[in-house]
Amino acid sequence: MSVRELELDLDAFEGPFDLLLTLVLREELPLAEVDVAGIVLAFVERLAEREELDLDACGEFLVLVAALLELKARGLFSGEAGLEDLDPGEAAEELARRLEEYRRIKGAAQWLSERLALERDRFFRLGPAPLAPRGERRLAEQDPAALAALLQALVAEPPDVSLAHLELRFPPVSRFLEQFRAVLGRRQRFDFDHEVEGLTRVEQAVAFLALLELRRAGEITLEQAAPFAPIRVSRGVVHEEEVAWNARSA
Amino acid sequence: MERPLRLIQANPLDSLARTIEALLVVASQPLSVDTLVEACADEAERVETALGLLGERYREGRSGIVLEQVAGGWAFRASRDAVEACGRLFERPVERNLSQAALETLAVVAYMGPCSRPEIARWRGVAVDSVVAGLVERGLIAEAGLGDLGVVRYRVTPLFERVFGLESLAALPRLEDFGGDAEELRGRLESLAERRPA
Repeated sequence: MSVRELELDLDAFEGPFDLLLTLVLREELPLAEVDVAGIVLAFVERLAEREELDLDACGEFLVLVAALLELKARGLFSGEAGLEDLDPGEAAEELARRLEEYRRIKGAAQWLSERLALERDRFFRLGPAPLAPRGERRLAEQDPAALAALLQALVAEPPDVSLAHLELRFPPVSRFLEQFRAVLGRRQRFDFDHEVEGLTRVEQAVAFLALLELRRAGEITLEQAAPFAPIRVSRGVVHEEEVAWNARSA
Repeated sequence: MERPLRLIQANPLDSLARTIEALLVVASQPLSVDTLVEACADEAERVETALGLLGERYREGRSGIVLEQVAGGWAFRASRDAVEACGRLFERPVERNLSQAALETLAVVAYMGPCSRPEIARWRGVAVDSVVAGLVERGLIAEAGLGDLGVVRYRVTPLFERVFGLESLAALPRLEDFGGDAEELRGRLESLAERRPA
């Protein structure tokens, strides 16, 4: 007969004793929930089914159950002074007191059980308490004018939300064409960054478009030593010819 | 001309009794005399007298509805004669399958409450978390504030008194009357202690 294969059917656990021990030792099953008396009863019933007494099994069972009981007692009374600290007389007195308390509670539970059996033929209405709330909470006296002022503040028209930041205003490209042509009329070359300094990003972008337009027409040549380096703008071939023609005409 | 149905003929409390009767029909829990006095806007003495008249009218064996004093108040219930028909139609979820563990826990809370789960566990010798949760769900016990250490404490509810047919918790037998042969138990333990090896 193997103790560890003892089948248990307890409130907190159903299965072999061996698995129960494993779960308890891994702390996956709180020992406080386990009815140790139920385990003992199951073992005794199993013994009664067999005709011969298996002393080895009984010894093993006693050791295991004693260990379980000690663990459970320590778990339940961990915050209290241990009975082992008391002398035998005091320990007996303490045990007797606790057992008396428990006996009384068991007696009271038995009385409740009998009472319940007696009252089984009583049917009554059950449901949530539908009582109206009692007492009326009165508000402090209020000034109607103050309330009206507060309401007026709430219904006031809110200021218009500005969408200016969403609008893009593009200056005409021609403005920068004229500007750059005028500069090149005075000077052989100029720096693009210097000319657009202080303008908005949009204006700078339009100025760059004007630069490309001039480059396409051959009026300027562009140089840039490296990416992100200043863009150097010089007069182009067309511009030189135009200047020469103007000179000849004069 | 048809005469109005009169509950209690030629009695000056007729109107008050009918009002109380209506309140008790609507209520889903026992109504105390104080509550009835407030609702009827009448005197306590007259309300009690009217309750007496109603109790006579709605007593076991005379009516299918029985007026009873329970859980600190007055409430209607079905007559015991109708128990079989009631049982065929209605379930009793509150008291169905109350385990021994639940009854012991109820006894601890009824006699020692308000008390916390650790206190109940100490009395019963096992953890009671799931049992307490089940009793709260059934409505037989309820939270009753926090203890000194911030632990939730529990007490029995008016539903407990009603299910067990108790007029109040004072109707419970004295706890000292349970337990029986305490001296014999004490003697056995003392003899065991004397035999214990040093």
